Amino acid sequence: MGIVKEFVKGLWNDNPTFRLQIGLCPTLAVTSSALNGVGMGAATTFVLMCSSILISALRNVIPSKVRIPCFIVVIATFSTVVDLVMNALLPDLHRVLGIFIPLIVVNCILMGRAEAFASKRPVFDAAIDGLGMGIGFTWALTLIGTVRELLGAGSLFGYKLVSDTAATFGIFSVAPGAFITVGFLLAAMNMISTRLRKTSKEA
Amino acid sequence: MELFFIFIGAVLVNNFVLVRFLGLCPFMGVSKQTETALGMGAATTFVMVVTAAITWLLQWFVLEPFNLPFLQTPIFILVIAAMVQLVEMFLRKTSPNLYRALGIFLPLITTNCAVLGFSLIAVQSAYSFIQSLIFGLGAGVGFTLALVLMAGIREELKFADVPKPLAGTGIAFIIAGLLSLAFSGFAGLV
Repeated sequence: MGIVKEFVKGLWNDNPTFRLQIGLCPTLAVTSSALNGVGMGAATTFVLMCSSILISALRNVIPSKVRIPCFIVVIATFSTVVDLVMNALLPDLHRVLGIFIPLIVVNCILMGRAEAFASKRPVFDAAIDGLGMGIGFTWALTLIGTVRELLGAGSLFGYKLVSDTAATFGIFSVAPGAFITVGFLLAAMNMISTRLRKTSKEA
Repeated sequence: MELFFIFIGAVLVNNFVLVRFLGLCPFMGVSKQTETALGMGAATTFVMVVTAAITWLLQWFVLEPFNLPFLQTPIFILVIAAMVQLVEMFLRKTSPNLYRALGIFLPLITTNCAVLGFSLIAVQSAYSFIQSLIFGLGAGVGFTLALVLMAGIREELKFADVPKPLAGTGIAFIIAGLLSLAFSGFAGLV
């Protein structure tokens, strides 16, 4: 039961994007299409899981005074791995995501989970926590990407849904649209949460 | 003249926060009061200029000659972490007042992706030493400008009647969107 709870909390209650509002830069920068959102989410999930496992395994070895630099080195190693692998296998996606792949290092989600969870819990728990948080991050990015791609380009995962001549809201493909989309999605999440709390109280 | 274009480009046209999406966490977190926003911006700018110098030297005199570019990310982030620590110690000795005012914001600069992001962009664009410094200064000033503008608006927002689900971060994002829209008017300036 505990494991399920650790996994599920990243999906909704402690969702990094909509709840904790951390790791915002890639969330806004690379979500101009749904596919980019999935790619960024997958890359981050991989780094998050691997670094959680390693940091948890080393938690009794790392002296607490120098733990932050140690965490950074572990995270930097895995994001370099992702950077190089993606460059070799998925060069197109790598080009779109650009510097946001090496920037996974400074994504607060990773540091946050390392400090708050992985450095205190056994390896298996840390892995599940990393996976849950990563998937929570991925679905948030994919949702934002889907909304922006639908409105901005009239397509979904690259498939055109409207004719080429149809007018689309180009603004949602560029910077201002990213902020506005996230703003309204946050409001929607708040409304759903309030609704849920109300029904659970009545029941 | 070219240096001037790099500076204006980093401050306005490709503003680090509103156009490039770097440094959003402090942008959302520390933009509630104008004064703290200004302090955070100044400290970040300082770290950026110093980091610009050191990462440039490391990239072109260590990483490139020894064929180690894959170590770029870990090395740069360690340099930034060390720099922030140094700035913190330096300020504590020389200017305790400023040190107290900046408080917890100082260590947070390490995980500000604008700092690492701009070092990576400077290397990618193959800037010269002086160009990197100016780029770092521009990036910092641009970050400060966005932060202070946002803080000014959010101070007024306290008196606004915002729909309940949007209150807090939701409306802040929409305001950032409108600011970003305004900044996109600078496109084509350089």
